[in-house]
Amino acid sequence: MTEPRPPFRAHLPHLRRAFAVWRRNTAVWHKLLVPSLLANFGEPLLYLLAFGYGFGALVHRVGGLPYITFLATGIACSSAMNAASFEALYSTYTRMEPQKTWEGIHATPLGIPDIVLGELLWAGTKGLINALAILLVALALGLVAPAGALWALPVLFLSGLCFAALALVATAFARGYDFFTYYFTLVLTPLLLVSGVFFPLASLPQPVRLGARLLPLTHVVSLVRPLLIGQSPPHPLTDLAVLTVYTLLAGAGALVLFVRRFER
Amino acid sequence: MDDNAAALLVTDLRKTYGGRTVVDGLSLRVARGTCVGLLGPNGAGKTTTLRLLLGHTRPDAGRIEVLGFSVPEAASQARARLGVVGQSDNLDPDFNVEENLYHYARYYGLDPRALRERFTDLLTFAGLEDRRDAPLRELSGGMRRRLALIRALVHDPVMLFLDEPTTGLDPQARFHLWQRFRQLRREGRTLLLTTHYMEEAERLCDRLVVLDHGRVVAEGSPQELVRRHVEPFVLELPAEAGRDLGLGEERHELRTLHLEETVFVYARARENLESLLSRCPETPARLRPSNLEDVFFALTGHALRD
Ligand SMILES: Nc1ncnc2c1ncn2[C@@H]1O[C@H](COP(=O)(O)OP(=O)(O)O)[C@@H](O)[C@H]1O
Ligand SMILES: [Mg+2]
Repeated sequence: MTEPRPPFRAHLPHLRRAFAVWRRNTAVWHKLLVPSLLANFGEPLLYLLAFGYGFGALVHRVGGLPYITFLATGIACSSAMNAASFEALYSTYTRMEPQKTWEGIHATPLGIPDIVLGELLWAGTKGLINALAILLVALALGLVAPAGALWALPVLFLSGLCFAALALVATAFARGYDFFTYYFTLVLTPLLLVSGVFFPLASLPQPVRLGARLLPLTHVVSLVRPLLIGQSPPHPLTDLAVLTVYTLLAGAGALVLFVRRFER
Repeated sequence: MDDNAAALLVTDLRKTYGGRTVVDGLSLRVARGTCVGLLGPNGAGKTTTLRLLLGHTRPDAGRIEVLGFSVPEAASQARARLGVVGQSDNLDPDFNVEENLYHYARYYGLDPRALRERFTDLLTFAGLEDRRDAPLRELSGGMRRRLALIRALVHDPVMLFLDEPTTGLDPQARFHLWQRFRQLRREGRTLLLTTHYMEEAERLCDRLVVLDHGRVVAEGSPQELVRRHVEPFVLELPAEAGRDLGLGEERHELRTLHLEETVFVYARARENLESLLSRCPETPARLRPSNLEDVFFALTGHALRD
């Protein structure tokens, strides 16, 4: 009947344009700074104190570390994951659909790829901010080494980007918020349990341990925990490579999926 | 096909959704500095046409040139010079009135800190100078629409796309916006607006493109369209009153059209309709000059508004 539709093209995002979206999101976060910081510091602090001291009284040393240190270094990683995922699922979806913020931005020179990159960078930043809150608490409690904490920051930002990119793939398919509950329970919670955040990988059965090596959070923990206690990570290049590949693949996938979603 | 006087050139544009043709061979030319209206009922394809012109969706066929840029290939450059007020409200609810302008300017690559004066001028233009710091939830529908308009003006665009800019507003708020549109037109900007209000089309537009089912059914100035497609006078009366007047009979000077419970009787001369009416003075009828609604009705057999 009609000739075949020309294929859509997802152009490469433009960093300066994406940065405008990042700044928009940062400005909104800044307006709500106090309540959001309370949440950032409050919840992890409670976890650390309750589990670290409560549970720590029972188990003492885990993986060669006092349990509270083991836990603090693990939670720094998982909070980067959780915050970046939450932002790239719920908040991004809110801006995209009910609020139509994307639609407003799309009327300007920004294209969907620019907006997606802006959201990715912001969600990654959000992951870093939350991890930083934990690190400050851990520093105040004398649990981690200050120099190591500095080294961990870029890694935590990369982790935020990685989980943000994965979450954006899910958001690109989402038709409502319900979907995100599945993402948390089916993807993030299992990740959290097998990646060495709460207990060492060594305590897991061999097949699970091997499978866990394919998962991004495992590599985040493997990088960040040693750094935070002033040691060098055992295989930093592998860890960084895995995280980078996840970020690039998921980021490119999300970009294409969002362009398709919007070009209808 | 170099046409410098044209702000917009569209040739044979076509768009289908799942086999349904929504824009069907649309051609359009908008001269710089004019206000052109896309007039058509809901579902005629007005919004889809604008989305195609913005490069938000790809055509199945046809050529689009906006301000000299090919769309969708160079849509981003075209959008940098366009202001857009969309059909649905997409103001940023996370920001107050002025912050909406402030952050929007960044998307155009502007430094908002250097634009404070411009924001003040725009807020004054929209009658929102006292609402700078107001959260959006405190604005009325008309104020929101005016804010959407000045947000589309932060980068001083040469052309504006306005998608049903006054739908859902009360007459006063609508009038207020019309005044603003006229001023923008006087400043030399090109306006492309969609509407299903014939009064809006008649009052604002230099030229109209009447759409139905994604096709252009007529084109011209409002006066031209009325002159070309309908007789100058019309008598509107209830269907049963029409039967009492014997409208079934052959009358070469009259043309009748039925739309649901109403009969429209068109005539070249007012006297024809007056003499018809004088035979039955109690008939609840309205004699008026014909307008765009009659044009649309004559061309499509159905009303502009549902
Ligand atoms: N993304 C879409 N997918 C499928 N159908 C669509 C889409 N967008 C619009 N349509 C259909 O195309 C027709 C024209 O819609 P639209 O351009 O919004 O009309 P208007 O703005 O004149 O009211 C409608 O029947 C609408 O349902
Ligand atoms: Mg529409």
